Amino acid sequence: MLDIATAYNKYTFLGNEFLTWIWFLIEKQKNLSTIMEYKESITLEIGNSIVLENNLGDKSKEKITIKGDQAGLEEGTTALKKGAWVTEINLKCKIGEEEEYKFTIKGESFNITGLKTPAIQTSKSEDEFEGMILEKTYLLQKITEVIDTLFLKYVEKRISNDWKTKEFQEIRNWIHS
Amino acid sequence: MGLISSTHSMSRYHIEGKFETAVMDEVRNGLIKNSIPKLENVYEEISAGWTPCESPYNPDFEKFSFIFGNYFSFSLRIDKKSIPAKLIQKHMALEIEKKKEESGRDFISKNEKTEIKEKITDILMYKIPSIPSIYDVLWNYEEGSLFLFTTQKAANEFFETIFLKSFDLKPIRLFPYTIVETKSKLSADQKENVLSLSPLKY
Repeated sequence: MLDIATAYNKYTFLGNEFLTWIWFLIEKQKNLSTIMEYKESITLEIGNSIVLENNLGDKSKEKITIKGDQAGLEEGTTALKKGAWVTEINLKCKIGEEEEYKFTIKGESFNITGLKTPAIQTSKSEDEFEGMILEKTYLLQKITEVIDTLFLKYVEKRISNDWKTKEFQEIRNWIHS
Repeated sequence: MGLISSTHSMSRYHIEGKFETAVMDEVRNGLIKNSIPKLENVYEEISAGWTPCESPYNPDFEKFSFIFGNYFSFSLRIDKKSIPAKLIQKHMALEIEKKKEESGRDFISKNEKTEIKEKITDILMYKIPSIPSIYDVLWNYEEGSLFLFTTQKAANEFFETIFLKSFDLKPIRLFPYTIVETKSKLSADQKENVLSLSPLKY
């Protein structure tokens, strides 16, 4: 394994590419359950924020932040055309018919903030403490598994032989459409 | 608490290695040996250690459980004393005035100022109470995965140091590269292909 600090900086782009791909999947209404080979239905929506960054070459960066529940993403698509990447995105993820999760994920670290899982029954009773922890743990495991599975599917596609002729072209067409 | 609260911020780890002896005992011993002291050391700027997640201010692992089903859950508590810069500034000004009066001089040398600052910092450090911060940990030992309920860099660094010291197992932060290394089913050749990737241009 590479030195962790070196690997963190060197492969930041992979996380940002992944978040940009997620936006593409959402916009093109791709079937996530099929991509992830999940039996349960998985849907993603862009939530209330998206951050893009564009390296301007001379060590300076352009940062575009779009916030708001019904915010238009036109500035974001313009930024993509200029070569920017999604570096942070707020997502709503629905697993099955009822489970809804909301969270913000960062491309470089995969840090998750503001994560709201489906509600669990809370109680002050000590006997039920273990139950609450296990229920919450189940939900946290579930959403992180979705993120990891989707990311690893992206990586598989990214190193596949037909990446340049298939997915890459589709994303490119979407960005420049 | 972080784990039971309605909103979470978290970073994730892969835990490298396994215990050679009884798992529960190793974890219990590691937690007890590195639990946060019950009584605050008034001279320490930062003090950090484990505490049960049910009882953040009473680090008693005999009384409170850290085993929940197949998971270990406990909290990292970091007690930090933080002296506001303006408070140091105020006491410095008062002390400098006093020194000038006592010595009959109208100036104070650089060395004297440094000495005064050190003395004031020591006194304030002793007087000021520490502020506790609590971060929950959820560890799936069998799967070698762990959630730390914070994304603060300093807390992550404390966690990594104390975890390694407590259990002699290395926590590896999960981010794009380490997810590929630890969670993917890719072959060695495929992993090499990932390593040789460079940023795309659409």
